[in-house]
Amino acid sequence: MGEIKTAGELNKKYLREGMWPTIFCNGCGNGVVLEYTFWALEELGLDMDKVAFASGIGCSSRLPGYINADGLHTTHGRAIAFATGLKAANPDLTVIIFTGDGDCAGIGGNHFIHAARRNIDMTVIMINNFIYGMTGGQLAPTTPIGGIATTAPYGNIEHPFDLCVVAKALGASYVARWTVSHPYQPIKSIKEGIQKKGFSYIEFLAPCPTAYGRRNKLGDIQRLWEWYDKNTILIEDYERIMKYGDEKEKERAKKMIQIGVFQDVEKPEFFTEYQKLVERLQGNTITKTSSVKSKKMVVKK
Amino acid sequence: MKYKRDPKRIREVLGDKIQFILGDMACVYGGLLAGCSFFAGYPITPASEVAEGMARLLPRVGGTYIQMEDEIGSLAAVIGASWGGAKAMTATSGPGFSLMMENYGYAVMTETPCVIVNVQRTGPSTGQPTLGAQGDMMQVRWGTHGDFEAIALAPSTVQECMDLTIEAFNLAEKYRNPVCVMTDGEIGHLRERIVIPDEKELKIINRVPATIDKEKFIPFSNSQIQKNSKVPDFPTFGTGYHTYVTGLTHNIYGFPATDKQKDHQELVLRITTKITDDREKLTMVEKLYIDDAKIAVVTYGATARPAETAVEMARRKGIKVGMLRLKLVWPFPIKEIQNLASQVDKIVVPEMNLGQIVHPIREYSEGQCEVVNVPKVGGEMHLPHEIFKYLEGK
Ligand SMILES: Cc1ncc(C[n+]2csc(CCOP(=O)(O)OP(=O)(O)O)c2C)c(N)n1
Ligand code: SF4
Ligand SMILES: [Mg+2]
Repeated sequence: MGEIKTAGELNKKYLREGMWPTIFCNGCGNGVVLEYTFWALEELGLDMDKVAFASGIGCSSRLPGYINADGLHTTHGRAIAFATGLKAANPDLTVIIFTGDGDCAGIGGNHFIHAARRNIDMTVIMINNFIYGMTGGQLAPTTPIGGIATTAPYGNIEHPFDLCVVAKALGASYVARWTVSHPYQPIKSIKEGIQKKGFSYIEFLAPCPTAYGRRNKLGDIQRLWEWYDKNTILIEDYERIMKYGDEKEKERAKKMIQIGVFQDVEKPEFFTEYQKLVERLQGNTITKTSSVKSKKMVVKK
Repeated sequence: MKYKRDPKRIREVLGDKIQFILGDMACVYGGLLAGCSFFAGYPITPASEVAEGMARLLPRVGGTYIQMEDEIGSLAAVIGASWGGAKAMTATSGPGFSLMMENYGYAVMTETPCVIVNVQRTGPSTGQPTLGAQGDMMQVRWGTHGDFEAIALAPSTVQECMDLTIEAFNLAEKYRNPVCVMTDGEIGHLRERIVIPDEKELKIINRVPATIDKEKFIPFSNSQIQKNSKVPDFPTFGTGYHTYVTGLTHNIYGFPATDKQKDHQELVLRITTKITDDREKLTMVEKLYIDDAKIAVVTYGATARPAETAVEMARRKGIKVGMLRLKLVWPFPIKEIQNLASQVDKIVVPEMNLGQIVHPIREYSEGQCEVVNVPKVGGEMHLPHEIFKYLEGK
């Protein structure tokens, strides 16, 4: 670490040879998230033989293909479930998942919920472009109200899904959301997520100019990035406004998407607990009676 | 938990050499003996006892059990575990098997060794949850989209639930394909005596790991270690091979080649012929009174039990009847059926469905003899006389 200074050097180290160029359109946010991930990996100095990636299906889920490491490009929505088995078989692996809003919040929502609930040690990087990009711009569970999709040609009337809120409620160890327009916090969050022993969920609001931007008058990248700035608010600012702001400020803040670190806690991790169970069972040392005996009643007077 | 199979520990956990246990439990025993260290499942009758047995025994041998949120996730986790180097299995029944179809195809396409125990019940849909059937014998062969070959075994006894689960792991590891143990509610919920094989009687096959130089390694082509093997060497995740595994059509390097006709053809031909080239080697049949038979019952799984009684009844009456029992149903034992059809006048096929395996039997008898479908549905096994009456006719 430390030797790498430029994006060129970084790419040379982390990109998988032979997979270039990517399938991504001009202005797509996926490449930016990949770059942030590379910087985070570099700063952590992880041995790439011991880092494994998994993904579902979608443009965002193509990212593991471009990384010079083991990568499991699975079925639509299921990457987290695949990664659960991978982590069980080899807990020494650092497991990172790339997924999209359709992949993670739509078809894969249930796997997401249960892995977060079990607090399985993995880092889920979700790229939220408000749309099903790969299939050409159909409605996603994250599409804002009023957003235009090929399957919502008159504007979306569904309430969008906020996975950060869900992950937080389920007690995931680490939950954060950023936009791709600020590099430092995303890199820091990816690092924190990877280092966290538990389920980490990091969401990026990232542009899809082709399938979302074009139809929603945000086709040019400049406008999309500006949209993120105008429509997001730091959690801390949001909370301050809710406490001290006037009604107008509050109304405006409520319509914005919160960004920042939603949760950062230490909590028992599934496979660590499982390992304890295995050790407890080794050598037939436990029987039901012995475990009862060891628990002495302490009576407070 | 990085797992190392410990034969002594496994036997300690399994207990006595001779036991009286449930068919479902025998699948658990078979898995543990084969070296299974990961099980993911979702409760479903009549397969839940497999998950329950695994939940109880697997952590005691140092393996991992996890109850997933559904069967899609269960098979996904099993495949993930396999890439992490584990021998992994799941167990389910009809509705769950239907849910597994997409990832079943993924396992085929990515050449992932894994075992699925299907304790069959009937359908369509939820059907008769607590009763046995042979409803998925065609789904296992054709249920996922695209071109593929299935490997499927069909135990007729509790002992075979154990033995064929071990065999399933061996075949999965050898061919790098998912392998299904097609038991059913009758055998799964039957209690019988089993004899646990000693360690030296056991034949355990493990996948061939990639060991070649990393720069020279080709992940999705013929083995670079074994001569004349179409099964690639396995680059376990975490061993430094940096393999990209995808369900998309891929070239020999594992890179997506979705618009390349030649790459697709080459891939699909290799992953199917790696199995069909060995069709005769794989064939596992049991023959009873076949030598002089003029009528044959071709059977598998639970149905073989009343079928055998029916054949004995016919023999006692002096009718020249034999029985061919398929222990491995897929890949289909074409030669055995061709030969049998050229010998007998009639093949009788009792099945606990409206007629599934009767179709390939008819196809490969090639019109040389009459093929009679003897279906029974509704969750009851055939009674011997219901089969016997088709043996008396001639
Ligand atoms: C089971 C299944 N259903 C549907 C599809 C088609 N499909 C491919 S990608 C995709 C949407 C992906 O959206 P998202 O996860 O948001 O990724 P993006 O392309 O936007 O990055 C869909 C529906 C599929 N591959 N598999
Ligand atoms: S369709 Fe959208 S998400 Fe997909 S590559 Fe193009 S810009 Fe990126
Ligand atoms: Mg999307």
